[in-house]
Amino acid sequence: MLKIENLTAEIDGKQILKGITLEVPAGEVHAIMGPNGSGKSTLSYVLSGREGYEITGGSATFNGIDLLAMEPEERAAAGVFLAFQYPVELPGVGNANFLRTALNALRRARGEAEVDAMQFLKLSRAKIKALQMSEDMLKRNVNVGFSGGEKKRNEVLQMALLEPKLAILDETDSGLDIDALKIVADGVNAMRGPDFSALVITHYQRLLDHITPDRVHVLMGGRIVKTGGPELALELEAEGYAKVAA
Amino acid sequence: MNTMVTGAAAFLGRFEGLRERLPGGRTPWVAKLRAEAAESFRAQGLPGRRIEAWHYTDLGVLAQLGFTEALTLADEAPALPPARAAHRAVFVDGRFAPALSQLSAGAAPLAEALDATQGRLGALAQTLPIVALNTMLFEDGLVLDVPAGVDAGEMELLSFATHAGRAIAFHPRHLIRLGEGARLTLIDTSIGEAEATYLHNPVYEIAVAEGATLSHIRIQREGRAGFQLSTVLATVQAGGTYDNFTLNAGGRLVRNEIHVALQGPKAACHMNGAQLVAEGQHADTTTFLDHAAPDCASRQTYKTVLAGRSRGVFQGKILVRQAAQRTDGYQMNQALLLSDDAEINAKPQLEIYADDVKCSHGATVGALDEAQLFYLRARGIPADTARAMLVEAFLTEAIEGVTNPLAQEALSEAISGWWQKEAV
Ligand SMILES: Nc1ncnc2c1ncn2[C@@H]1O[C@H](COP(=O)(O)OP(=O)(O)OP(=O)(O)O)[C@@H](O)[C@H]1O
Ligand SMILES: [Mg+2]
Repeated sequence: MLKIENLTAEIDGKQILKGITLEVPAGEVHAIMGPNGSGKSTLSYVLSGREGYEITGGSATFNGIDLLAMEPEERAAAGVFLAFQYPVELPGVGNANFLRTALNALRRARGEAEVDAMQFLKLSRAKIKALQMSEDMLKRNVNVGFSGGEKKRNEVLQMALLEPKLAILDETDSGLDIDALKIVADGVNAMRGPDFSALVITHYQRLLDHITPDRVHVLMGGRIVKTGGPELALELEAEGYAKVAA
Repeated sequence: MNTMVTGAAAFLGRFEGLRERLPGGRTPWVAKLRAEAAESFRAQGLPGRRIEAWHYTDLGVLAQLGFTEALTLADEAPALPPARAAHRAVFVDGRFAPALSQLSAGAAPLAEALDATQGRLGALAQTLPIVALNTMLFEDGLVLDVPAGVDAGEMELLSFATHAGRAIAFHPRHLIRLGEGARLTLIDTSIGEAEATYLHNPVYEIAVAEGATLSHIRIQREGRAGFQLSTVLATVQAGGTYDNFTLNAGGRLVRNEIHVALQGPKAACHMNGAQLVAEGQHADTTTFLDHAAPDCASRQTYKTVLAGRSRGVFQGKILVRQAAQRTDGYQMNQALLLSDDAEINAKPQLEIYADDVKCSHGATVGALDEAQLFYLRARGIPADTARAMLVEAFLTEAIEGVTNPLAQEALSEAISGWWQKEAV
């Protein structure tokens, strides 16, 4: 499904990704772990199409199509979703309006009928309930005044509504309390299936207790330095990056 | 050789040629008022950039045109937008169009009601050159009285400029008076045909009595070759409220001056506005809030969005007179630049003579936030839609004060129309 080959990228002339090779087959969940500043968020932005990064080499394809040549909205329409490490506040933009606009934009791009306000309300209520969020969240401005955990849940709500084929979760567990972590993990697990892949970026093993990854990759200094099974996360937690990567 | 008379000389020449034929031309008080205005305008001319109040708005292009009077035939009914409210006063090229209008009780065209306006017409700020120009040449306008205690609901005022094939000017004079405790929402729209070159120079004299509330929503969507220089002169008595929302979303060069005097205790004024300025356009909002009585509150929020090569101006002066103790004044103006070639000039001014006052003002200038734009696009929202959403969000604070549903509808149509037509 996602295939990254020898991808290099820089920002403001500074090389951050130094040759990433990684493949996530359909239906699999892969975890990426790595020290602060190693390039995890950079990779997620490059994959989802944020401006400001210069791709200096390599490739990234999604179901065989060149991801890097597409606009961010085209990637979203193709099924790529990024749950932001730092969700962006949008003062003056109502959450419900935002979610419905996004959902309908995707549906339009996929040739499906748009949902009206009533259908959307019904749909979003069900998802909100599953994530044990308050319906209030829909009435508020996107992420404005949301607590850290509420922002992360709002990201997962977006994922649940937009039903991507590839979800990149950038530290979605950070800032979540223990119960919320479980709820969010259940949200991700509910989407698992032969048509859904995920790249889960995290610093902590505890998320992986709930979302068992098929593979774990260690990203250090802009490169994948080690890949293993779920046990690699435990090893990292016990020994630290320096030792495991050595 | 045929030299065209332009600028101030053209207006003065027109006055000399028409003075007896203008409404009230043989009525002594009107003739005197016009003659004084002509003298004042002759002395001042069209305001130039050396005058402080006009430093950022250059009337040079306008001064090069030789405007003549409109020649509208009554049977030429233009395609007007459908009416929203039960009552609508329509002016075509500045002249009242009875067949297109449904007047409410208490409303009349100025050309007919002129005699009854003695002492009221021309009561305020006659020395402003643009007001003097209007006084010298006005032909028509709306005279509207809402009696004490009456809630007149909503009413529309519509100005429509037709394509005359030459530059025309019209100077409507609107007199609006609300009696004690009266209420009115006035949805006031200016539109013009795309190719029409014209000057629309309306002057509003507005009197809001004790406890009355006037909500005045101005939607300026003049044609792209049109000019508008408008002046609102409003006085508000004790416990009364004058609210003005002005959307500037058309014309080649537009200036809206709004002068509000809070003259009785606990009077209030909310002045909000949005300027949507596209390639080749110039939009100026200049406000003057005169706090002349104690315990009054004023709020101003102005937002300017600029695209292409365009220029926006906001000048806002708050004067707090010595008597105006416990004044609560707030002014905010913010600009959003959608292009590197756009320019905003902002000049807030506070002049305070009372000692117990709460007054604040602020200004910001910024571009669209890349992180916000990316967030929306990453969710599948196309770049154009994403930009429109962020612009709309930027305007929210200024627009949310408009609560009348008909006015809200008119505004949101005008804004989305602007976006579809002008935005890049
Ligand atoms: N605009 C920029 N200019 C220069 N350096 C940048 C810029 N943006 C990111 N970087 C650098 O790129 C490196 C990788 O950052 P990135 O956010 O990808 O790290 P990360 O692995 O996600 O870290 P964390 O675990 O703390 O979230 C960091 O050293 C960061 O300072
Ligand atoms: Mg990161």
